[in-house]
Amino acid sequence: MNIVPISYYLVLSAILFGLGVIAFVFKRNIITIFMAIELMLNAVNLAFVAFARAHNQLDGLVFVFFVIVVAAAEAAVGLAIVITVYQNRQTLNIERINLLKF
Amino acid sequence: MPILDHLWIIMALPLLGAAINGLLGKNFSKTIVNSVGIGSVALSFLSAAEAIREYVQLSPDQPVLKTYFTWITAGIFKVDFALQVDQLTVVMLFVVTFVSMLVHIYSTGYMAHEEGYRRFFSYLNLFVFFMLTLVLAANVVLMFVGWEGVGLCSYLLVGFWFLKPSAISAGKKAFITTRIGDLGFTIGILLLFWTFHSVDFGAVFKQAAGMSVEGFAPTGVLTIISLLLFIGAIGKSAQIPLYVWLPDAMEGPTPVSALIHAATMVTAGVYMVARMNPLFSRAPFAMFVVALIGALTAFFAATIGLVQTDIKKVLAYSTVSQLGYMFLGLGVGAYAAGVFHLMTHAFFKGLLFLAAGSVIHAMGGDQEMPHMGGLRTKIPITFWCMFIATLAIAGIPGFAGFFSKDEILEAAGSGPHANLWFYWLGLIGAGMTSFYMFRLIFLTFFGKPRYDEHKVHVHESPWSMTGPLIVLAFLSTVGGWVAAPHLIGGTDYFEKFLHPVFAAYATNPGIEQGAGEIAGSPMTDLIHALTGWPVIIALLGLLLAWWFYIKSPDTPKKLAQSLRGPYTLILHKYYIDELYNAVIIAPLLWISTNVLWHVVDEGAIDGTVNGVARGLRESGGQVREIQSGNARSYATWVVIGAVGVTVLMLVIWMRVS
Repeated sequence: MNIVPISYYLVLSAILFGLGVIAFVFKRNIITIFMAIELMLNAVNLAFVAFARAHNQLDGLVFVFFVIVVAAAEAAVGLAIVITVYQNRQTLNIERINLLKF
Repeated sequence: MPILDHLWIIMALPLLGAAINGLLGKNFSKTIVNSVGIGSVALSFLSAAEAIREYVQLSPDQPVLKTYFTWITAGIFKVDFALQVDQLTVVMLFVVTFVSMLVHIYSTGYMAHEEGYRRFFSYLNLFVFFMLTLVLAANVVLMFVGWEGVGLCSYLLVGFWFLKPSAISAGKKAFITTRIGDLGFTIGILLLFWTFHSVDFGAVFKQAAGMSVEGFAPTGVLTIISLLLFIGAIGKSAQIPLYVWLPDAMEGPTPVSALIHAATMVTAGVYMVARMNPLFSRAPFAMFVVALIGALTAFFAATIGLVQTDIKKVLAYSTVSQLGYMFLGLGVGAYAAGVFHLMTHAFFKGLLFLAAGSVIHAMGGDQEMPHMGGLRTKIPITFWCMFIATLAIAGIPGFAGFFSKDEILEAAGSGPHANLWFYWLGLIGAGMTSFYMFRLIFLTFFGKPRYDEHKVHVHESPWSMTGPLIVLAFLSTVGGWVAAPHLIGGTDYFEKFLHPVFAAYATNPGIEQGAGEIAGSPMTDLIHALTGWPVIIALLGLLLAWWFYIKSPDTPKKLAQSLRGPYTLILHKYYIDELYNAVIIAPLLWISTNVLWHVVDEGAIDGTVNGVARGLRESGGQVREIQSGNARSYATWVVIGAVGVTVLMLVIWMRVS
């Protein structure tokens, strides 16, 4: 049986991660930026899973579960923050939410 | 020997009084302040008296030495907190505690209406503590602590009325001028330790006793040590050239002038030189300098005293002059006579100042003698006390000053280290002393009142003030009688009492300290003493003062006009203050302002500090731009950072592999 080589997974993971970074930096909508973060997390998850499979070890899988849990928690908290910000500022444009310097 | 074993009690009591009044006494009533202030000093006097009684009963050959604990150790340098009592200490203990007690009592009357009553008593108690430290110390370093402490208290009390600019500057002048002398003292102590490897009096004197008398040149180590120590005494005891602070110190309250600037602190220099007699005795050149400075000061200060119009200034110059006599006595080897004059001077000069305070009190604060006159009948107690003190200081036979001054002049004229120049300076000075003191009496108490009787209500002082006057008047009369048998060829009991201190390490035990005995029958001796030059010249001074200020009061003015030049010179105190101002103070101010302030401080120090601050502020302004508040720019920085770390790790990885 032909096994897909690990480098394929890693390249895919890198491409996904790069897309996430680009979206994270260039997008203006907070929800989109949020999704970019999720994309980056899952790109890393893919790399973990690929390595776990390649080395036949469970460590990578355990990491993935942790990342998923953290991502879920982060989504819950993050979306709550987004809703609150929107209620207060009536906008989701990150350029307009620039009070962090104070 | 309860007190003799616990000498520290004598010192601790005034310190305790100062602490209670000064630190806890915020809400104390005057009665409590009085009882703490007077009580602590009175108890100190009683314990000192008990210590003296025990000491005399014991009369040991060696000084009673009590070491309580080690204060400083550094290698071979070791200083103990050690106190000692010998005959010299006994005299000083008595004078200091007794006069202090009287001045404290006097102050309750004199300062009754002043602000800062509690502060005054606290300082005064602190002064007594330091003075006792100075007197009781058994090593030079502890003595120096007391020495500086009394200087501090002098500064605090001269500047007691700290809202008055002249009082503040007088306090600073007193402090800084004596500090110049103290520099010499400090170097002297270091050289002393360097030479003897000890600062304890006993150890130092024992080693010094083994050294031979040095030649008449400022080269021997003992001579240099003695001269350096004497520089300290010059500052503290207001001798030429550092006497200028004492007349200005009269800005302080009058009880302070009486206690600190007449009876006790200013005599510290005399005490120190007397204490260090084993060193001085082996340094003939230093002795000569002591006598020279003493004689010159005695003479010149007396000339300035002749023309002063401020009652306290006359007494101040008189004090400088009398201190000169003490040093003259020490310098010609008559240590006992010098210390004797110290004691009698403490009585009569303390009395003169306290009486002057009473006069000022009666005049409502006016100190100018030309505004007084005719006070004799208005304030009789003050008058009689002051009159007795004047008789004493002028050297009228029978009163305290006669005996002590006579002994000094005798030693200067015919003692083992006699010098006729010094003798004549002292003798003429004595005549002037008599003149200016009777001038003071005649101007103040005789003649017609020159003040506005409707404005100034002259009144006798309360008992708290006149009481101490009477006690001191008694002592000014009888204080010299211990030496009286000497006049008829008998024993001088004062000298005999002090003899062990000065004979123990004397260079030649065969020769008695001071003047030799006069041969002859008692009667001729007495006649000789009573018709000697000092008495004649004192009476001449009295007569001249009477002529000038009672008989024909126009004479002084005419004389001043015909001798305009010398008169102005003396009236302006030989322009010494102006000279010091031009030669020392003005250049110092110029350098301080133009170099130290504007260049060093503003340029170098401020420049460095401000430069660092400006650099940080400007670079901070640049860096601040990064924190824009824009989340996307933060994200960009995170990405750049992550990429940077990754690249770094790759580089390291490639290097390693």
